[in-house]
Amino acid sequence: MKYLKQASFCLLLIHSTLLSADLIEVSPSTDPYSEIQEALILASSGDIIKLSDGYYELEDSLSIDVDGITLVGSSMNGTIISFANQQSGAQGLLVTSDDVTLKEFTIQNAKGDAIKAKGVDNIKFIKVKTEWTGGPNSKNGAYGLYPVESTNVLIDGCVAIGASDAGIYVGQSQNIVVKNSTAEFNVAGIEIENSYYADVYNNTATNNTGGILVFDLPSLPQQGGHHVRVYGNDIVNNNTDNFAPEGNIVGEVPRGTGVLVQANSDVEIFNNNIGGNETINIAVVTYSYETDDEQYNPHPSRIQIHGNKFSKSGHNPDLETGELAKILYELSDGNMPDIFWDGVVPVSKIFSSKTKKETIILGDNGDATFLTISPLKYMLPLFDPVVRDYDWYVGGISPLERVVLSEE
Amino acid sequence: MKNNKSLFFLFLYFLTIPGLVYATVNDSVVLASKMPKKLSDFGFFSNMKLQTPQDGVLPYDLVNPLFTDYTDKLRFIYIPAGGKAEYKENHVFDFPDGSALIKTFAYLNNTSESELEEQLLETRLLIKKGNAWRNISYVWNEEQSDAFLNIAGKTINTSFVNDKGDIREVRYRVPNINQCKECHQSGKEIKPIGPKARNLNHDYDYQDISMNQLNRWANEGWIDSQIDYNTMPDWSNTSIDLDSRARAYLDINCGHCHIPGGSADTTGLYLNFAEDRSEHIGVYKKPVAAGRASNNFKYSIKPGAPEESIMPFRMQSRDPGIMMPESGRFLNHDEGVALINKWIKSM
Repeated sequence: MKYLKQASFCLLLIHSTLLSADLIEVSPSTDPYSEIQEALILASSGDIIKLSDGYYELEDSLSIDVDGITLVGSSMNGTIISFANQQSGAQGLLVTSDDVTLKEFTIQNAKGDAIKAKGVDNIKFIKVKTEWTGGPNSKNGAYGLYPVESTNVLIDGCVAIGASDAGIYVGQSQNIVVKNSTAEFNVAGIEIENSYYADVYNNTATNNTGGILVFDLPSLPQQGGHHVRVYGNDIVNNNTDNFAPEGNIVGEVPRGTGVLVQANSDVEIFNNNIGGNETINIAVVTYSYETDDEQYNPHPSRIQIHGNKFSKSGHNPDLETGELAKILYELSDGNMPDIFWDGVVPVSKIFSSKTKKETIILGDNGDATFLTISPLKYMLPLFDPVVRDYDWYVGGISPLERVVLSEE
Repeated sequence: MKNNKSLFFLFLYFLTIPGLVYATVNDSVVLASKMPKKLSDFGFFSNMKLQTPQDGVLPYDLVNPLFTDYTDKLRFIYIPAGGKAEYKENHVFDFPDGSALIKTFAYLNNTSESELEEQLLETRLLIKKGNAWRNISYVWNEEQSDAFLNIAGKTINTSFVNDKGDIREVRYRVPNINQCKECHQSGKEIKPIGPKARNLNHDYDYQDISMNQLNRWANEGWIDSQIDYNTMPDWSNTSIDLDSRARAYLDINCGHCHIPGGSADTTGLYLNFAEDRSEHIGVYKKPVAAGRASNNFKYSIKPGAPEESIMPFRMQSRDPGIMMPESGRFLNHDEGVALINKWIKSM
């Protein structure tokens, strides 16, 4: 027993010398901005900056530019950083350094984005909440959690509420895991855009305009979004009116959208619970705007959908927002499917029978219904271009590999 | 013996007169890994309050300066003895270690009927050491005798007299060291923005003589005199064509972030002078991550319709969630907005 004690004491000593990390504690004060920001600037790798329980009201945006530090609050709802009176800075918190962990605090009412991480490796958001407290409003900031041009992104146990674009938005990044998180009352709940290798699972996306979006857009430094797995999520009742400011691509998403895939390749949507979305449960579409970008492929490919549990959708479609719902409603005569593919293919492939299997592969989705448009019939008079034959698109599923973050 | 002693006291006396600090720039302070607490410790100025440069420090200005809340900017450059800066096309000179770019932000309030006194706000330094640039800001004290190291940024609520003689109020914001990087970032490095050869290539009124700045630098042995340097169009010169003026304005005010590798490259909107693809300059370009800053407009630039274009909308907003640039500005640059509006209208 005595030896054991000594041994553990030695271990403790070794432990504390190896980790010369400091714990810097900040409490609400008369000048919380300066205190927090100075701590974040003077910290060195390994340090933990802890914001104790309380309400921090800041006028200027915070930033982290030191590798390897942790910013942690007392709990998700215990440490609240409010930007209601923000005077400067385009976001609440900006991270530009690697190996940063953000944990257990809330960012409220930022004037722009809540938390942006740009060009970083190994960023972790754990039990962080971003919220605009006034409910859906086009004056809310665009993004809640917003890693962009980053690698090895983990978002775990987070909550995003009220963003006028996407609550959780991962853009132009690689190696991404979004799990155990909740997105509600945003325009897009969770959006993976122009990104490679993303696992999105065990999340709840509800009361958004659209639950989960997987998009690829042209004329950006990273495009050709691919390898995205969306599984085990609850994507239900996303029926909030679209409140995105016009001009933004998510402004086209109709109220009542479950999952929307646009111009990505290799997306696997499986084992989700998707329902109660008043326009459509899953839609797969082509990017339909003009672009000068010759490198860009506007068409989706190899979208696999299987094992999902659908409940009713399409019963109150949003015919006001964008073109998608309107076209679908007219073509389907109001008999809306669970899964829709717009059928748009490159002109060169219109006559190819292979194309359909190269775009959509359906597995067993219970009694889900399907609808697509035959481009050939669409161009000819007297033909009904609507195709509802589910079995026609059933194929063998080739599961995508799990995404592994660098630290695992 | 007595003489020596009085000389020594005379020396001490000069040391203690505010503003008359050192006789030369203190290279060891410039190159030290830790920044000193006081700006005067560098020895860049022979008179701090009057901002008189020390021997070996030259004032300079730019063809096109970046707009910062109508501040006057007093720019100086120091290159250590024997040092030489290498020319890089489209980029700033590659300065040697020990060089310093010194910029004092001030409201000089020097119009004829000004009721306000001159106010030095902050002096920003970019110092090259260990082959990398380090950035730091020093904030001036109320007595205006010296400026002090600032880490976390500072808000200075003040007012100034503009060139029409009106008093304007401003919440001037001294950036923290991370915010400096937001604009000065190029990839993972920090780089100066202004002193590109083409942006220096014009005459400067030195006390003794008016001459081209690049010639003067060449005379100092700082740069190569053999190169035929380009000149940037002066955006405020109305005799130059509108397109060149607008692009020159966007280059210096936006092009350091809106450039591949810059802070704003995620948007695909590139406003550096060399960009020639119209969609990337913003013409019929849809917003990517603008959120409410789009103001319900569909394009960054809608030719012929500045009133429906996102770019000028964001330039004339003072809402932190909308305004461009994101930092370094509290007031609108009315003249700049007018130029961009006119340019878009003419498309």
